[in-house]
Amino acid sequence: MASILAAGTVAPNFTLRVTPDQNLTLSDLRGRPVILAFYPADWSPVCGDQMTLYNEVLAEFRKHDAELLGISVDGAWCHAAFARHRHLHFPLLSDFEPKGEVARKYRAYRGSEGVAERALFVLDRHGTIAWSYCSPIAVNPGADGILDALEKLPDQASSHGHLESTDHAK
Amino acid sequence: MATLKVPITRNDHIRGPINAPITLVEYGDYECPHCALAYPIVNQVQSFFRERMRFVFRHFPLTEIHPHAEIAAESAEFAGAAGRFWDMHDALFENQSSLSITTIFLIAAELGLPETALRHALETGQYRDKVRSDFAGGVRSGVNGTPTFFINGVRHDGPYDYASLVAGIQMRAAADTRT
Repeated sequence: MASILAAGTVAPNFTLRVTPDQNLTLSDLRGRPVILAFYPADWSPVCGDQMTLYNEVLAEFRKHDAELLGISVDGAWCHAAFARHRHLHFPLLSDFEPKGEVARKYRAYRGSEGVAERALFVLDRHGTIAWSYCSPIAVNPGADGILDALEKLPDQASSHGHLESTDHAK
Repeated sequence: MATLKVPITRNDHIRGPINAPITLVEYGDYECPHCALAYPIVNQVQSFFRERMRFVFRHFPLTEIHPHAEIAAESAEFAGAAGRFWDMHDALFENQSSLSITTIFLIAAELGLPETALRHALETGQYRDKVRSDFAGGVRSGVNGTPTFFINGVRHDGPYDYASLVAGIQMRAAADTRT
């Protein structure tokens, strides 16, 4: 298995296509925790695939003010169709041209198959990797590791002016 | 190794003896076709182990892809409050191919559950917190899709056909009696 970028490393910045006509730049999210979920491909043929699961857990991620980004080498139109079909409420980024360039920067690219690893990164509010995990490609890693990592982040939400009292409300 | 983070309590739906040495937990979704396939298999597994096993079902509705999953789960909880959880559970899986609000109300009527009370429970979200709590506990335990099984608290990562489940349970039970 590849040794992906480890905790303590500054997360390499990138700009990727998020819809057929819009880009997203990682550094624009500075100030909030970011979850990067690299995965091999859209359209896994099961109900409980990784992106569908994360879609259901979004509310838990957002309690930590975290932004979730899914990243694969699929094209923007493919992502759009996949997101619509699964009712995904978070961005899918296209690491499409040059293919897999961002996945390579995170050492999460499988050259033999031409797809991203199933690799997870939790970035703190300053853009440093706080936790990373590479799952065997056929195993959906679930969301428990991400939630554990988010809970361990130093909580600086108040210094950014959004003290969220909604955390405990239903 | 993913393990069950939420212990079994009185609030759980348990089929089989409370003190059985084997506990099989399923996190499932009434609209998930894989869970419907697993449903008769779980019944067979329970017949095989008889009094040695208890089966616990917890909700893990994937609501964005299964529009009736949440309502089905809350209806099962409603039935549970009247002591009919397993009747509703069985009927929901047995009628999954035609699962709809109408089907759920028909099942409730057959079980003699009051329609107005069910309607009220669904409208006010009376059992939503229970279902959410099952879901959240599942996420923390490493549930990564449906169905996900735990055998004596350890996630079963293999296939869930009859032979694989029985073998998984026997191996776990043997390991647990050795330690």
